[in-house]
Amino acid sequence: MSARPPVIRVEDLNVWFDLPGGGELHAVQGVTFELHSGERMGLVGESGCGKTTTILAMMGLLPATASVSGKVLLDGEDILVGGEETISPHRWSDISMVFQGAMNAFNPVKTVGAQIAEPMVLHGMATGKSARSRVAELLELVGIAGDRADRYPHEFSGGMRQRAAIAMALACSPKVLLADEPTTALDVMVQAQILELLVGLSKTLGQELGLTVILVTHDLPVVAQVCDRAAVMYAGEIVEMGGMSEIYHDPRHPYSRMLFAATPDLLGDDEVISIPGAPPRLDREIVGCAFRPRCDSAFEPCSTVRPGRREPVAGHEARCHLNDPSLTELAS
Amino acid sequence: MSDVQAPTIDAPLLEVEDLISQYPVPRGLLGAMMRRPQLTVKAVDGVTFSVAAGEMVALVGESGCGKTTTAQTVIRMVANQGGSIRFDGAEIGELSPGQLRPLRREIQIIYQDPYESLDPRFTVRDTIEEPIRVHSLVPRKEDREAKVREAMERAGLTPPELFIDRYPHELSGGQRQRVAIAAALVLEPKLLIADEPVSMLDVSVRAGILALLDGLRKDGMGVLMITHDLSTAAHFADRIAVMYLGRIVEEGPARDVVRNPQHPYTKALISVVPRRDPDERAFPQILTGETPNPVRVPPGCRFHPRCPVAEARCKETDPELRLLDGVAAGHRAACILLGEGSGTG
Repeated sequence: MSARPPVIRVEDLNVWFDLPGGGELHAVQGVTFELHSGERMGLVGESGCGKTTTILAMMGLLPATASVSGKVLLDGEDILVGGEETISPHRWSDISMVFQGAMNAFNPVKTVGAQIAEPMVLHGMATGKSARSRVAELLELVGIAGDRADRYPHEFSGGMRQRAAIAMALACSPKVLLADEPTTALDVMVQAQILELLVGLSKTLGQELGLTVILVTHDLPVVAQVCDRAAVMYAGEIVEMGGMSEIYHDPRHPYSRMLFAATPDLLGDDEVISIPGAPPRLDREIVGCAFRPRCDSAFEPCSTVRPGRREPVAGHEARCHLNDPSLTELAS
Repeated sequence: MSDVQAPTIDAPLLEVEDLISQYPVPRGLLGAMMRRPQLTVKAVDGVTFSVAAGEMVALVGESGCGKTTTAQTVIRMVANQGGSIRFDGAEIGELSPGQLRPLRREIQIIYQDPYESLDPRFTVRDTIEEPIRVHSLVPRKEDREAKVREAMERAGLTPPELFIDRYPHELSGGQRQRVAIAAALVLEPKLLIADEPVSMLDVSVRAGILALLDGLRKDGMGVLMITHDLSTAAHFADRIAVMYLGRIVEEGPARDVVRNPQHPYTKALISVVPRRDPDERAFPQILTGETPNPVRVPPGCRFHPRCPVAEARCKETDPELRLLDGVAAGHRAACILLGEGSGTG
């Protein structure tokens, strides 16, 4: 990558949830990644893999039952270190989020414009007239005519409400946008519009530095369509991370390969194959590789030794023993 | 139609012709007092298709296009205001509820959300046994138990002992959907309607459910799958029918419809489907605007206001779904600009 420091770096992030009956659930396990300005990365995985928990932790928005360790460095400064005190100056203004289902979370009795203005007013960035003109500007940015600000949510279609939700997240000109399943409930045509918007924002927002986007989704083709890079999560860990094209053509973790094989492609002829079994429970200690019971390539060390992070190809890392030549030679 | 006719040989299992299904739009007390005209939502507005035994047909389209209403009308949960529904050669569009009862066994439906569609207080056994009880099919308890286990095995819930006494909350999403399928199979239907059967499930288990439906199709069952996912339809269906605003605008062999789309709407829809290979990024032909309100269907071709190639005459002529030249056999589309001058109609 470039010599410029990353705009955001997540370092050894761990999240535990206290369970009601005692015990803990280790939802996010040692997640580490970094992104430069204007990069778009997909955080993909199935439900319960920890992708939403990861970005909520980055925003400091986890409930009190969660304990977090690790660092979230924004332009080199750790925002997690002092808890709410160090996070809140950056939340929404530097790092912002579009929540899953945000399009359905608008207050029905307030105009869309008033709701978009809320974070700005709250952060003392704008009031009154200047807030109104900023709202119009934001709506235009996401492809909605500025004079629609006085309309109520029910007067917007689903796609427009999702655009408005993105506008709201952009209200304080963040550097990093975390988008949680932003197109999941939308039709493909509207999905295409929203994805095009996110790509456009990462390219144009700001004078020279584009918006950095983390797209959280279970939908691999959506990531393939819009992201340069992807991080595949399984059982709380990033099991593979690298260029999207590299992961597709040369997967270094069987889970990524099997996930692609389970995803039908519009024009593909290959058989679509489900992955047997289910993800492990995260409230118990996992011995060996968490994916081993479902893996089609497991070998001897997988049941006992937890695979560490390896980078078999520069910029492409995975947590799988198959990438350790000393182990694969022993096995063969 | 007085009684169910004897089935005709070689007829498709399900033949739907010119089906119309409308909902009245509530106009409120004030509207009624002021005698405002009663508006109707034309949810299904002249739909024609068929499903043969051993065939899977996918009805695809965006939300609000009428695909689910079409399915609900076929099983007569929603009344049709026009057209005919022939099942096994007999017209069922006008049967009374009593006459429909035996038919309910032959056409079964499974729904999108296996978290909502199962009764949380029912064990797997209760859920699957319920339909046989309702239809008073098997009087002896032991026989019912055998039927339940057989349906579970067909639905891939094996071994049955492992699941039969469990409650829905003890099952994964994929297992729940299999329970819903088993409860449909226990009646040995000829036609299975699957309304978005995998959209609530994780990617890794979707293929298993779809393979199960595919297996039922191979065993001779007709399957009508409602989906918004063109990639799934392309992989598992024999034929695809694309709906737009209450009408089928294109229909044909699944491979041919996705590889060689003819209708401008289908072309646009195919172009926005993200591909799995990042090097095959789509060049989306994004349609502006949204699907119009089905209360006010545009005149002429209903797609013309959003159509990138519409001409003046498209505003006047309501195109018929017709066979086309230069495409696979049985591939139809409803666009007057297609196959012009070829002489086929």
